[in-house]
Amino acid sequence: MDFELTETQRMIRDTARDFAAKEVAPKAAELDKNERWPAELVAKMGELGFLGIAVPEEYGGAGLDHVSYALAMEEISAACASTGVIMSVNNSLFCDPLVKFGSEKQKKEILTPVARGEKLGCFGLTEPMSGSDAQTMVTVAKKVDGGWVIDGAKNWITNGPHADYIILFAITEKDPTTGKVKHTAFVIPSGTAGFTKNARDHKLGIKAAHSCTVFFENCFVPDDAVVGKVGEGFKVAMATLDGGRIGIASQALGIAKAALEKSVQYAKERKSFGVTIDKHQAIQFMIADMGTELDAARLLTWRAAALKDKAVTDKSVRHSMESAQAKLYASEMSTRVAHKAIQIHGGYGYSTEFPVERNYRDARITELYEGTSEIQRIVIAANLLKG
Amino acid sequence: MEFDLNETQSLIQKAARDYAQKVILPQAKEIDATEKFPAEILRGLGDLGLLAVNVPGVYGGSEAGVVSYSLAMQEVARACASTAVTMAVTNMVGEVIAQFGTEEQRQKYCPKLASGEYLAGAFGLSEPGAGSDPGGMLTTARLDGDTWVLDGAKQWITSGAYAGVFVVWARTGDKTIHPGGKGLTCFLVEAGTPGLRIGRKEDKMGLRGSNTVALELDGVRVPASALLGELNGGFKIGMMALDGGRIGIASQALGIARAALDESVTYAKDRKAFGKSIGEFQAIQWKLADMRTAIDAAHLLTMRAATLKEAKKPFSREASMAKVFATENAWKICNEAVQIHGGYGYTREFPAERHLRDVRVSMIYEGTSEVQRIVIARSLLSE
Repeated sequence: MDFELTETQRMIRDTARDFAAKEVAPKAAELDKNERWPAELVAKMGELGFLGIAVPEEYGGAGLDHVSYALAMEEISAACASTGVIMSVNNSLFCDPLVKFGSEKQKKEILTPVARGEKLGCFGLTEPMSGSDAQTMVTVAKKVDGGWVIDGAKNWITNGPHADYIILFAITEKDPTTGKVKHTAFVIPSGTAGFTKNARDHKLGIKAAHSCTVFFENCFVPDDAVVGKVGEGFKVAMATLDGGRIGIASQALGIAKAALEKSVQYAKERKSFGVTIDKHQAIQFMIADMGTELDAARLLTWRAAALKDKAVTDKSVRHSMESAQAKLYASEMSTRVAHKAIQIHGGYGYSTEFPVERNYRDARITELYEGTSEIQRIVIAANLLKG
Repeated sequence: MEFDLNETQSLIQKAARDYAQKVILPQAKEIDATEKFPAEILRGLGDLGLLAVNVPGVYGGSEAGVVSYSLAMQEVARACASTAVTMAVTNMVGEVIAQFGTEEQRQKYCPKLASGEYLAGAFGLSEPGAGSDPGGMLTTARLDGDTWVLDGAKQWITSGAYAGVFVVWARTGDKTIHPGGKGLTCFLVEAGTPGLRIGRKEDKMGLRGSNTVALELDGVRVPASALLGELNGGFKIGMMALDGGRIGIASQALGIARAALDESVTYAKDRKAFGKSIGEFQAIQWKLADMRTAIDAAHLLTMRAATLKEAKKPFSREASMAKVFATENAWKICNEAVQIHGGYGYTREFPAERHLRDVRVSMIYEGTSEVQRIVIARSLLSE
């Protein structure tokens, strides 16, 4: 048992914290208000190596561990959760499956520029009528000479409007008698004929992290667009989400950390009944619970990240349940903490003048994407009840 | 960052688990039903080195560290929470004497506590009118020649009727010069000292196998050599004992919660409703998932506090976080365990009912949840 960060981990956290405070935080309110894509921040994150943190250096990444990734995600998300999720999608949902399942050619030609931040990735699993139950997707890829022809639509594609590549999941095999399907993952560049995007979504929070629906109509992709093995796409998707959940848990930590820090600061300044409100136990107890739950969530997240690091070299190590626990607890904690932050701020907390209003809206998504809280509970309960 | 246990920790955990499951668990129901003090079990724990897990080897302890102590506590509490709290207090008395005692005090008391020769050690801090606020205590100690004379009353003394030695806090400093906790001093008082009277045993909701009594100190005379630590330095010892004690109680709560979850999983697989086992219903699955997630989070908070204490770093805030989170969640978990068991959970046929009674006090003793929140908030607000 050792909860200390290594020197490298501390360094990446401090670098992220510094960048977040100086360059991200001052822009966060404006990004949110105008739903503006933070192109300049995405570019700088690329220069800092934040867009491919756990990608090996030979493929353009920073070659760091997943604990470092969790630390950097928390810091960036504390300043701006939109910027945080842009980073998370690129790292967890795009780079990670290519590191694990990609061909050498994909790693050299696609992963490398994406990990460096020269290009941007996104991930297409969810469909208009298929979310938690990913097996029910209808997007299909038909085998043709030299490649595949894809038809279907994917929605809530974060980074979609700006991405240069998508990792896409489609049905490639259907048993005519049982109806059982097999899926395959593909990596497809934007601009491919038949691959189009519609206008971006308008959301409650993470407004600067643009998302959209993407369409594939008679879209031809060559054989070398397949990621991993034909028919094993579902495995690729699930392994990717196990990692992605660490990213979203870290995003939730960052939002909660920001909400707590603002609440502590406000409580020390604001007066009522003749004293600053931090002298009232009503406020103290909210702050105590926010801090305790935040630490609990952080430890669950770090445990999952540390396990994922072990899994890199030891294939017997699993972290599905631990990632699900981290994501479930951290995301629900984040909305609770943001809720209390507004309560501590009173009416000011409800106005866009203070950032806790944004924290509250941003936190809400973490309970939905990369597996709803309900999906995390299914994963955890299945682990407990098996055998 | 490393979440695995080292070899010593794994060994202690296994030894505690084996003994708890084989020897303690089969007696837990009877201990609760008959309010039997688990004397034989305590001697067994002494043989295994579990009554002085974090006490140096030269004083008879296992010197296995705070993480090991927490793991052992969890395993024992999983089988019997009454035994666990008795074990916890003895461990903490040993630790306090090992840390603050003179060489003579350490050699005299620590081995007896460690071996189980003393069935238990006890603390005398709380009073009928002073709990969360020890500065309000009324027990006094005055110097008469070269002996100290203690007068007063103490309340909620765990293991009081069986303890070989008591760590007793008393006011030694003038309240006007040493307000609040500043004028308190600790004394080591041996069982049987004239004037030390054991009051009636409390009739409690849970932990019915642990012994809880009031103490009366009526002109109790102890030699100058019985003073523990520094004169008017008792508050510091109290805080250290409580900070460490909180790790123990968080661990106790965790152990009870683990038992409640394990039994719930077994029951959910077994019990049928609407044509399938109730574990197939999301209503039950959701509870199990939340129970396990809270247990893991509480475990990590407790391990973090334990590693900090082990590394001799400040751990007060972390211990309070572990204690409030572990105990409040353990209570919720035990409540859900009763719910999952339905009517059976409300009967003494299943242990879920005992867990719910046993766990309730963990939110009260060694600092109430409210005191933990004060400690945490003070720390967060001073950053």
